[in-house]
Amino acid sequence: MRNEDLILSIDNVYKSYHRDSQIIRVLEDISLELKRGAFLALMGPSGSGKSTLLNLIAGLDQVDQGTIEIDGVNITTLSETDLARWRSFNVGFIFQFYNLIPVLTAFENVELPLLLTGLSKRERQEHVSAAISVVNMEDRDGHYPNQLSGGQQQRVAIARAIVTDPTILVADEPTGDLDRTSAENVLDLMDRLNCDLGKTIIMVTHDPWAGNRAHSMEHLDKGVLNHDL
Amino acid sequence: MIFKILFRNAFRHKLRTFLTVCGMSVAILSFGMLRTVIDAWYIGVEASSETRLVTRNSISLVFRLPLAYRDTIRRIEGVEIVSYGNWFGGYYIDEKDFFANFAVEPKSYLELYPEYVIPDDQRIKFVSDRKGCLVGKKLADRFGWSVGDIVTLTGTIFPGKWDFILRGIYEGRDKNIDETLFFFHWDYLNESIKKNQSTSTDHVGFYIIRIENPYIAAETSEAIDESFKNSLAETLTETEKAFQLGFVAMSEAIIKAIQLISLVVIFIILIVVANTMGMSVRERIGEYAVLKTLGFRARQITLLIMGESMVITIIGGITGIILTFPAARGFSLAVGKFFPVFNITGETMYLDMAVTVTVGLLAGIFPAYRAVTVRIAEGLRRIG
Repeated sequence: MRNEDLILSIDNVYKSYHRDSQIIRVLEDISLELKRGAFLALMGPSGSGKSTLLNLIAGLDQVDQGTIEIDGVNITTLSETDLARWRSFNVGFIFQFYNLIPVLTAFENVELPLLLTGLSKRERQEHVSAAISVVNMEDRDGHYPNQLSGGQQQRVAIARAIVTDPTILVADEPTGDLDRTSAENVLDLMDRLNCDLGKTIIMVTHDPWAGNRAHSMEHLDKGVLNHDL
Repeated sequence: MIFKILFRNAFRHKLRTFLTVCGMSVAILSFGMLRTVIDAWYIGVEASSETRLVTRNSISLVFRLPLAYRDTIRRIEGVEIVSYGNWFGGYYIDEKDFFANFAVEPKSYLELYPEYVIPDDQRIKFVSDRKGCLVGKKLADRFGWSVGDIVTLTGTIFPGKWDFILRGIYEGRDKNIDETLFFFHWDYLNESIKKNQSTSTDHVGFYIIRIENPYIAAETSEAIDESFKNSLAETLTETEKAFQLGFVAMSEAIIKAIQLISLVVIFIILIVVANTMGMSVRERIGEYAVLKTLGFRARQITLLIMGESMVITIIGGITGIILTFPAARGFSLAVGKFFPVFNITGETMYLDMAVTVTVGLLAGIFPAYRAVTVRIAEGLRRIG
């Protein structure tokens, strides 16, 4: 694989947590490469470490050992502040429970990440309108999260994830809290973001049906990547 | 947008916010009232002039000084005007209708106290009528007196019924001036005493002295006291401020207690607001984790939480400050005879605001620290 095609390169990553005096190994010797424009599903049972790995890729947590390089930036060497800044420009997050801010409207929620970019209000509004139109929520952009269904909230969350035009999108069980129809819509949308807009997506799921919608799949079991499955 | 979030967050849990704002209002109201009570205690000190000295008997105010001292004091370098007077201790109709009343040498006394503003014609009539009296506007309003009325006081120190003709009503030059005083001619008192108790005549309770400038207060006081050393009635001279502080010192324990209570009130509201903020942040720790995920940094999260804390305390503080005015008016009406001047000072309002801001900041510090330091992954786990 040519270097310029690579968007993610994980090399010998280890991660463990301390609980009292106990050390719990969560990830062991993880190495993974991902091409630009890929749509990867990270699968595995509960407690396999897939969310931890996603958090490390998204710069939400620090590795114990190893390196993670995203679009040429070794994020394991970044300070907390630099990492926060890097995240705001390079990572779009889609959570299982949408995680919209309840006191903000759908439009304002989508605008939130742009506050950190230094864009003017007008520019921000243009970006937000574009992102909201991608997820087909123009008619609901003045609604508060509690006035939207789960599927609609997730679409708003996807708009918030893509509004900064990030390098990668990470999704942690994006359909885990949705009924089958809403889940289907969300997966269709993610597929469109990947195919039409070329977004690189890493999705964590334990649902094989959702995982099958991705274009490639990696399995984690007890903190170890199992490439053979 | 940050301000929009913090404002909306502040009113997210309406009942909790309402109760906290009410608590803050009551705390600031109480703090302001207690401060005003303390100020009222010190009002005599505040109204004192740096160029006025008070000379009294060195043993006690109860013992009087010969009138003859006046001429000796006048001759001391730096002395400009000498006046004198007596505490009369009379009451009007009923003993509970207490107010301060003094027999003074009217002309020199009014020269010494230009802060008593009197219409010229009333001043002339008061000074020239030996049975005339001068009262403050609040006192006249309290008893419905008007110029020309005959006012009869019952003496306690100087027994009997004493009739006066109300010749003038003064107003204070500023809000700090006591408008509940009653003055009449010392000569009238002295002559009446002469008829009954000849031994007590030609004695005064105190001398009030105006000096050229405040810098010579110490040496002039010393010179006055030196002049009467080893006499039958030695003197104690001090600045008017020190004299007034002597009275305040008698109530020092009460004042200290009031100060302590006002601090306790603030401490309690600090805990209440901190608890409100702590609960709010604990409930929203997942949202702060989301904001951090999106790239919001520590200072922005801190601004959100401290700002919310400030919004709550400022609304409560301003409400409390506004409510202090009618409360002070009501308090003044209820206990006006004990606190003739009961005004909310600018300093009290500044203190109210400073306390509001301090409570807002302190109450937000710990919750903000908690939100900033919580690991994102841990915060996200709290959702769902």
